[in-house]
Amino acid sequence: MNVYLQMLIGLLLVNNYVMCQFFGICPFLGVSKKFDTALGMGLAVTFVITIASFFTWLVQKYLLVPFELEYLQTIAFILVIAVLVQVVENALKKLSYSLYQALGVYLPLITTNCVVLAVAINNITDGWNLLEATFSGFCSALGFTLSLLLLAGIRERMELTNLPKWMQGFPGALVTAGLMAVSFMGFSGLV
Amino acid sequence: MAKTAQQKVTFLSVFLNGLITENPTFTLMLGMCPTLGVTTAAMNGVGMGLATTFVLMCSNLFISLLRNIIPDKVRIPAYIIVIASFVTMIDLLMQAFLPDLRAVLGTYIQLIVVNCIIFARAESFAAKNPPLLSLSDGLGMGLGFTCSITLLSCIRELFGSGSIFGVAIMPESYQPMAIMNQVPGGFITLGIMLVVVNFIKEGLKNRRIRKEAEA
Repeated sequence: MNVYLQMLIGLLLVNNYVMCQFFGICPFLGVSKKFDTALGMGLAVTFVITIASFFTWLVQKYLLVPFELEYLQTIAFILVIAVLVQVVENALKKLSYSLYQALGVYLPLITTNCVVLAVAINNITDGWNLLEATFSGFCSALGFTLSLLLLAGIRERMELTNLPKWMQGFPGALVTAGLMAVSFMGFSGLV
Repeated sequence: MAKTAQQKVTFLSVFLNGLITENPTFTLMLGMCPTLGVTTAAMNGVGMGLATTFVLMCSNLFISLLRNIIPDKVRIPAYIIVIASFVTMIDLLMQAFLPDLRAVLGTYIQLIVVNCIIFARAESFAAKNPPLLSLSDGLGMGLGFTCSITLLSCIRELFGSGSIFGVAIMPESYQPMAIMNQVPGGFITLGIMLVVVNFIKEGLKNRRIRKEAEA
């Protein structure tokens, strides 16, 4: 149980993929203008990363390793992710149309979210077992969602402030993200 | 594309468009993860930039050659396969010939697959233009990316370690700013660089308007 608790706190705060490791910056900056869309994106990513961690682990263990095809890891993983995103999209369309409409635009974008691939590769490098890999995927995704929501909340407030013209938009968001990363550094050494 | 078609599309104009006008880092805001993740030393910036340029040129060329064969419905998986093949190639080449650089860049080399610059250029340029033009677009975009991340990594290395390309620049009494080598430094430096770029662009635009008004 201890391992899982450590993983949760570690990936949520100490080694947060966005704030401490620079993964998934594009969606982090791209969809953090509004809190609601950020929440939708976060949920969709959490869903996909958790499932992708599960399947990529199985692919590595039962397909790539027995046939000695480890050098095809990148191609195999990105294919699994692309297919999963497509399957999730189709399944949501049939099962829960309202959720599909809420997430609709963001689903295809997840394929090119590097957190998904980075988590899948790191799960293998760290040598987790299936349950640990899936859980670490879930925690990493929660960490991504947390930082996305924090930035979105701050940016909504920033809309109302009177920033100089060349600071509006991306530059402002980047400096905000930098200051957030400073505060996340405070968690280092917690686990 | 309508605008560029009027301006007479040449290899040079496409190349310069990628290098300056639509610089992927400062204008399109694409490929942010490697931009921030590997730019702690100037050498890493150059290595990452050139690896990306290679993948971008090859994938643009091949996708452009295959643009009439790939059915529209499966184009995203098809593009991913093409890109992933080249990424695997450069990954293996670097492991064989530049093992030190590969060890520093780590997962980021594999993550070139999901670099949105490559995907965006495949979708918006290579899928619509002939092969040689796409190749020069890839070269321009790739070098534009290389230049901007090298600049960013020079600034970060200068303040974070007091050197550029490993050559000490700052006097010995200089106390390195450790934060420049960490995550916050990356975000804030890029933010400030964007402010400067926006400032210059604004100035150029105003000057052009004034000149037109005078004429």
